Amino acid sequence: MITFKKVTKIYESDNKQVAAVKDVDLHVEKGHICVLLGPSGCGKTTLLRMVNRLIPITSGKIEVDGKDINTVDPIQLRRSIGYVIQQNGLFPNMTIEENIGIIPKLLGWDAERRRKRVKELLEMLGLNPDEYRDRYPFELSGGQQQRIGIARALAADPPIMLMDEPFGSLDPVIREHIQNEFLRIQATVKKTILFVSHDIDEAIKLGNTIAILKDGEVMQHGTPFEILSNPKNEFVKNFIGKDSPIKRLTLIKAKDVLKHKKTSQGKAETGELNSATVSADTDLKTALSILLSTNAGGVNVVDEWDRIVGELKLSDFGWLNKIHAADIGRGELPEVAG
Amino acid sequence: MRRGKRLETVIKVALLGIVAALLWWFYKEGAFRFILENPKDFVLLVRQHLELVFVSSGLAILCAVPLGIMATRPRFRKLRWFIINFANVGQTIPSLAVIGLTVSYLGLGFKTAVFALWFYSLLPILRNTVAGIESIDPFILDAGRGIGMKPSQILWRLELPNALYAIMAGIRTSVVINVGSAALAFVVGGGGLGDLIFTGIVLYDAGLMLAGAIPTTLLAVVIDSLLGVAERALTPKGLQRSVNPL
Repeated sequence: MITFKKVTKIYESDNKQVAAVKDVDLHVEKGHICVLLGPSGCGKTTLLRMVNRLIPITSGKIEVDGKDINTVDPIQLRRSIGYVIQQNGLFPNMTIEENIGIIPKLLGWDAERRRKRVKELLEMLGLNPDEYRDRYPFELSGGQQQRIGIARALAADPPIMLMDEPFGSLDPVIREHIQNEFLRIQATVKKTILFVSHDIDEAIKLGNTIAILKDGEVMQHGTPFEILSNPKNEFVKNFIGKDSPIKRLTLIKAKDVLKHKKTSQGKAETGELNSATVSADTDLKTALSILLSTNAGGVNVVDEWDRIVGELKLSDFGWLNKIHAADIGRGELPEVAG
Repeated sequence: MRRGKRLETVIKVALLGIVAALLWWFYKEGAFRFILENPKDFVLLVRQHLELVFVSSGLAILCAVPLGIMATRPRFRKLRWFIINFANVGQTIPSLAVIGLTVSYLGLGFKTAVFALWFYSLLPILRNTVAGIESIDPFILDAGRGIGMKPSQILWRLELPNALYAIMAGIRTSVVINVGSAALAFVVGGGGLGDLIFTGIVLYDAGLMLAGAIPTTLLAVVIDSLLGVAERALTPKGLQRSVNPL
């Protein structure tokens, strides 16, 4: 759990005062990912680096699990918070094993325990421990290095992680792959994560909530669904782009639509005539593009055993406009009167 | 690649051949008569020469490396300018002048020679230490701070290992120059192979001069390659990019 209370950061230069962060109030629930999103220079990285006291706060208060961070020794504080940066920051003079095991080592774990932990983490990230343990960072690809950076942050199992554009320097294909892997890992480790990004698609994909920043101020903080459905002002509207209805489709799954159809129409037709199929867990954006690429007016939705459970038609997309922010969490849709 | 390698070998062999031919020629001319006739004196002079180099270079390393580290600490940022410029100006004074100036305070002898050589050895080590530490990718240090390393841990585990390559290069340069400069110790009665060189010059005896100059050169080459071996052994493997990625 991370709480910002009226946090302000003022830099002084040449008798001029520049506020990098202004009166930020923000709350990140335990086990949630909050994405700090905004153009460069909006203060998102400053906000992040204040949490582990790399940057001192000018006024206001940051609490981590209910404790004011200024009452904790900065070294102890940083060791209890995972930290991942864009340029991965791996130590070139250390092997992969030494890199991942550095925080446990600083915390005084014995060699046996460190070794076990490194093995565990490498396996979790899909890297063969025997193959990678003794390599050096320069022998790894960018994607692999970034994974090691995440492993290092997870090593001492901190409840909180700070990630500063960790996937920003990767090419799109690898980035998507690592994002998926990251979500898979997060589903099991359930860390409280503050994640800096300038990429709206990344924010929608990863964030439980998104905080949009401009000139050091939070413009809007809410779930991706809320922000896409109900942008609070012009800036947010421009930032999320004109295709926000399309982006919003990525947040809804085919099975959600079937559920809705069942409740609103009392039945779910199964159109076995359609040639294309999508799985029930497919998001609507993907489903729509598959739908558009077929001549038939619909696609079959199948469950994990490939049984047809319903049909998705072009006309089904019409009702989506009726859903509004309300109190929508990820993947759960309210029941809308059809 | 292979052609370049072969060319390199050919050039190396040719250079070695030229050196060997020169040495043979010097030997025929009687350049090494002094060495052959006075082996004990020669050994003594070599030992003196090595003593001068080791003591002055050793002290220079012990002073310049910590000084360089200090200059890169944020606390002493203001001192950085002073330290670097002091060393820069120091280097512009000719070594002979340094020796001359020192004589007026320390008198003649070994101590004066060591002081002058020490002073003259500082700059390359100091400058490379500072450059080595400052050239480390700031993200590496930021990561170190961010994961909770103390400043001393950042210094010992990150800054020094990653700057070691540059620091060792500075030490190598400095020591090799020092082997040559140590010949000047003769001027203040500090001993060493300079005795043979300068006596040879004064007596117009090319043989005697070469009996001092050639061993001095060989010493420089041998010490440089020994330091090269040490450098490779000390530099972290992760920084030796020549290691083939698997």
